[in-house]
Amino acid sequence: METASHTVESKTNYLNADYGIKSWLLTTDHKRIALLYLISITSFFFVGSFFAMLIRLELLTPAGDLVLSDTYNKLFTMHGIVMIFLFLIPSIPAVLGNFLVPMMVGAKDLAFPRLNLASWYIFITGAAFILYAILTGGVDTGWTFYTPFSTTFSNTNVVTAALGVFITGFSSIFTGLNIIVTVHRMRAPGLTWRRLPLFIWANYAASVIMVLGTPVLAITLVLVALERVFHIGIFDARLGGDPLLFQHLFWFYSHPAVYIMILPGMGVISEVIACFSRKRVFGYDFIAMSSIAIAVLGFLVWAHHMFVAGISTYAALIFSMLSFFVAIPSAVKVFNWTATLYKGSITFETPMLYTFAFIGLFTIGGLTGVFLASVGLDLHVTDTYFVVAHFHYVMVGGMVTAFMGGLHFWWPKITGKMYPEAFAKLSAVLVFVGFNLTFFPQFLLGYMGMPRRYHAYPPEFQVLNVLSTAGASILAVGFLMPMVYFMWSLQYGKDAGPNPYRAAGLEWMTSSPPPTFNFDETPVVTWEAYNYDEIDAPNKGVEIAG
Amino acid sequence: MWSNLPLFPARASSMAGHVDALYFALVAITAFFTILISALILFFAVRYRKERNPQATQIHGSTALELMWTGIPLGIVMIIFVWSSVIFFIQTRPPKGAMEVYAVGKQWMWKFQHTEGQREINQLHVPVGRDVRMIMTSQDVIHDFYVPAFRIKADVLPGRYTSTWFHATAAGRYHLFCAEYCGTQHSGMVGEVIAMEPADYDRWAAGGVDGSLASAGEKSFQQYGCSMCHRADAAGRGPNLIGVFGKPVLLDDGRTVSADESYVRESILNPGAKIASGFKNIMPTFEGQLSEEEVIGLVAYVKALGNGSANLPLPVSEPNSGVYPVAPKTEGSVVKSDKTATPPTNAAPAKPAAKP
Amino acid sequence: MPDSQTEVHNLKHHFADLDQQKATSTFGMWLFLVTEIMFFGGMFAAYLIYRLSYYNAWVAGSQTMEIQLGAINTAVLICSSLTMVMAVHSAKLGNRKLTAICLILTLVLGFAFLGVKAVEYHGHWVHHEVPGPNFHFEHEGNYDPRQVSIFFSLYFAMTGMHAFHMIIGAGLLTWLLIANARGRFSPEYNSPVEMVGLYWHFVDLIWIYLFPLLYLISHHHNG
Repeated sequence: METASHTVESKTNYLNADYGIKSWLLTTDHKRIALLYLISITSFFFVGSFFAMLIRLELLTPAGDLVLSDTYNKLFTMHGIVMIFLFLIPSIPAVLGNFLVPMMVGAKDLAFPRLNLASWYIFITGAAFILYAILTGGVDTGWTFYTPFSTTFSNTNVVTAALGVFITGFSSIFTGLNIIVTVHRMRAPGLTWRRLPLFIWANYAASVIMVLGTPVLAITLVLVALERVFHIGIFDARLGGDPLLFQHLFWFYSHPAVYIMILPGMGVISEVIACFSRKRVFGYDFIAMSSIAIAVLGFLVWAHHMFVAGISTYAALIFSMLSFFVAIPSAVKVFNWTATLYKGSITFETPMLYTFAFIGLFTIGGLTGVFLASVGLDLHVTDTYFVVAHFHYVMVGGMVTAFMGGLHFWWPKITGKMYPEAFAKLSAVLVFVGFNLTFFPQFLLGYMGMPRRYHAYPPEFQVLNVLSTAGASILAVGFLMPMVYFMWSLQYGKDAGPNPYRAAGLEWMTSSPPPTFNFDETPVVTWEAYNYDEIDAPNKGVEIAG
Repeated sequence: MWSNLPLFPARASSMAGHVDALYFALVAITAFFTILISALILFFAVRYRKERNPQATQIHGSTALELMWTGIPLGIVMIIFVWSSVIFFIQTRPPKGAMEVYAVGKQWMWKFQHTEGQREINQLHVPVGRDVRMIMTSQDVIHDFYVPAFRIKADVLPGRYTSTWFHATAAGRYHLFCAEYCGTQHSGMVGEVIAMEPADYDRWAAGGVDGSLASAGEKSFQQYGCSMCHRADAAGRGPNLIGVFGKPVLLDDGRTVSADESYVRESILNPGAKIASGFKNIMPTFEGQLSEEEVIGLVAYVKALGNGSANLPLPVSEPNSGVYPVAPKTEGSVVKSDKTATPPTNAAPAKPAAKP
Repeated sequence: MPDSQTEVHNLKHHFADLDQQKATSTFGMWLFLVTEIMFFGGMFAAYLIYRLSYYNAWVAGSQTMEIQLGAINTAVLICSSLTMVMAVHSAKLGNRKLTAICLILTLVLGFAFLGVKAVEYHGHWVHHEVPGPNFHFEHEGNYDPRQVSIFFSLYFAMTGMHAFHMIIGAGLLTWLLIANARGRFSPEYNSPVEMVGLYWHFVDLIWIYLFPLLYLISHHHNG
């Protein structure tokens, strides 16, 4: 078969294989679907950020003077719903996962390409419901939809929003199902489980959670909608029901959901740190197993969101202990990544900067989770800004940072172009500084006693709130810059070539952008993952081309 | 500016020091590991940067290291678990003899009732140096009773009583926040806890009151006709309530439950849910007729009947001992469902539980 | 051995061979059924939790179920699973006509189930057993009527969701009938029939659990 290592433009790739809106909207190519998702989730990220901006502006002053109370309640609700369900949950699995999983296992596509396209349409349908709910008055229940407020007292578009989340849940389930089946059934010859990149292990574990957990959220939201419409009483104490049952059912999904969000990010970190240290990841087996452990343990800790909700003392103690256990596999990963740097040959491209940021910020975020698992301490800090800071550290400092790192790492593969490195590094620094300034003060605010979801607050909390808002403005700039330079790179960026970073992995052994069917020939794998010793061997001047 | 930068709230309760100690220990552990990891990353990044180390050394791993950095964190978190559990046990076990204050949360205010009779809205006077147990319910949605200075927090639920306790150690005025999102004025559902020296508190509690909470409950007991069936002799259609509170109760299906505040409340608002052994399901429900405050008054009254500090309106017979109730002699054997019994009244499903 | 004609028409481009394609779609369907277990599982969990606390109400609600109709439906569904298996078997044998007959029988039995269900739902409506403003429950027993309302809410939610899945199954069967009429299936390629069969058996199995849990609580045969 012909292997073209000269200019990419002359070769057909998945981007120029077909033109026209129909070829995109009816595609079954996992790479095009990944781009459809990328455009969608980026748009929703900015919608969610808009709400965040208004929240932070309101919180500049102790009085609730920028927006009405009801408006503020809608702002934080919609910020949560949009960011979690329309951005964080799909992000890495549906963008990077969709694009890379088939390539990393040496396949031509995911197991069920049409289901993959259906997933995107389901996602857009659910998003449409949510956007409709927002545009026709909003929702003010909090993204957590606690009953009986959501079922009986709220006067906003609860059912529409709940239905929207319900529908996007199926998108998540089908994406997870596709990934699991692909990894099991479509690996290239010679690609054993222990030769898989850790990105695959991470997305596999996340997909198991998606598949097992999301249906429970789905049925819970159906019951909420039924209760709201028909007053059936299942969650309303006045009708004989139990509000705590809602919380148990809700958190049974929503806790594992956070591991859906972070595990794929951890997968990115493994790939990037190996590439820019030029060595295999330290403790491969342990990182792989810890991904599975997080997925399993993640299902056993949900009631740590309910320590003050009225559960029994003994239940609280059990969930507290399990919550401490679930922290350990993540710690193991952090230590292994750090050890990977030892005796590496390290360079500082933008993806590596994001990786360093991730490890530091995730350590803080994860350890503050230990504060919350400590049930005696949780009684003071739960439902305060301490929790808000904790989850933003792991979600934004962890997940979004990893997503940015991954986007930069695989941008050349996806588009065939390099982004401008100097601007990229600058925006990474701005994100890091802005992020810490925004969210670190919130730990202090939380311990001081500032509750969550407060529109107005006592004056002694103002200084820290002002610092937080200032940080948010820097963070905003840091996130806007990539929008600009990524778009710029599509037109003016340097041609990337098949493997600009000389990275290991099957995806780098084909052209950038890849051809529609990924590989000219199905690869036969005879090497371990992260074979940087072979790639960097002194006499191996040959390019890895596709 | 730095002297005004707040790091933790006032320490005004017996728990505050314990919680803060655990917090600072965790801050130290977090700082230690964050600095350790960051320093290692920076050190490795500099020492092994490409210019200084052009050839990477491939290392698969080290089982010894894995065991170490799994085992040590596991050990640390287990120590933290035990420590925080000890604190939690104290937080969830109010000492005996604590004075009781009832709270009703509603959108968007707090209503407090002292057993001495004082009623307050959004302000709670408590004595320093005494254990105080809060017994709380909500009239509508879930709220949360949070006093940062005391380091306590507990959700306040509709249809149930929840409780928390504290022991104030310093006089002063402290923030009270609702910490469970409850709608429009959630951030306005704030108040003050005013801790007073015991002498000042006693003076405050004695002033301008119409009678104790239990006596208000006794009035309700008469007003709503409870005394017609719940008599002090064995002829009542309902169980004799003297000496009942706090003791186990045998139900008609064989279960035994404890007669706590929640049981009394449920018996008033939802009597069909648990039928005392030997009695029929004939008690009407008072749902929709009583406010939460009136229910609390009745609970306080039944509590007073339980510990002997109040009497039923009729001649008192021997208090029941052990498991109650005693089957009235005229009724014959205990039956599970008596087909000749009056059918239970049906409460309309969607009626609100209590008047606002 | 699959002929090249079958492969050309049925082998998707991203699979190496029909075997890999079949193994993949089988795995995918089983995994999907696991998600369905979790989906129904939420309602089963709610049912179980409330049954422990509200047992008397659960007994009272269950006594109003028409056991004969429920039993008929159980028999109908079990028979439909039999006809479904026969459809899969016929497809594997390449017998188009028999496959069609078995699929039609399965479809008819499925509609029979839905028809009986409609009769039952109507009965509940007439007896004021549908939660909402029309709900009014007066029967013997020591229970709280609001708790009985919750029983019926779960009854309608669980059987309603089940019926919805049956309607989807009917749609899938119709699609199979059309594909079968067009000669899509052969001994080499019949996995869609088998996959729909798996789905149909699963929906049947959910009913096998629903029937005793909803209809037979504290049921004693009298005389």
